[in-house]
Amino acid sequence: MKRMEGERMVEVLFFAELRDVVGKDKLTVAADGMTITELKEKWLTSYGVEKFNVAMVAINEEYAPDDTLVKAGDVIAFIPPVSGG
Amino acid sequence: MEKNYWITEEPIQLQDVMDKVVRREAGAISTFTGIVREFTKGKRTLYLEYQAYIPMAEKKLAQIGQEIAEKWGNTKTAIVHRIGKLDISEIAVAIAVSTPHRKDAFEASEYAIDRIKEIVPIWKKEHWEDGTLWIGDQQETTAYKQGMPAKVQMEMKQGEKE
Repeated sequence: MKRMEGERMVEVLFFAELRDVVGKDKLTVAADGMTITELKEKWLTSYGVEKFNVAMVAINEEYAPDDTLVKAGDVIAFIPPVSGG
Repeated sequence: MEKNYWITEEPIQLQDVMDKVVRREAGAISTFTGIVREFTKGKRTLYLEYQAYIPMAEKKLAQIGQEIAEKWGNTKTAIVHRIGKLDISEIAVAIAVSTPHRKDAFEASEYAIDRIKEIVPIWKKEHWEDGTLWIGDQQETTAYKQGMPAKVQMEMKQGEKE
């Protein structure tokens, strides 16, 4: 992979049932400048987007709404309803 | 720096959590431990498996400690949550809050466990005799709207005003 391409990538993390759905704990995708909604439509539809729509999203470890723009280098985490405690 | 909020794969020792909040001005330490229950609505759990988004979970636990400090004042809080495989009656989470007087300690420790169940990215997977399931708040009580729990949404709106 060329360096320029690498710089436009974001890391997407999956947990709990979404990790089982995707079959891996993370993906690296080109999503610089997209919203979370666009990222889902472009990269996650094959896994069934409705499953991602009930999850929260965290960008760089803080909750963020779906219309937030993603920047290269960001870490996006899909957080299904939590059940700690 | 002293770490008061952490995720561990090791069995939790309640004394370790308590020790972090002992101080001379405190007259009360309230502790809460959440443990693995065998029967839920008549269904037998064999064991639980917990997973966490570790760096964010530790940040959110620290945020809860900060919220407690703001709400009750003069508090010191420590919280540990275990991940991995947990057997029946093992400790999944332990909270300790020290305050000058007992009422605040009781209230703050209850607040802490309630908030953990709302905002901390930790998940449990039930292992039953006849199958497994990742448990989400959505399946138990309330569904998220717009992809976020109501309390997180509220905080974001407040943040926008400031």
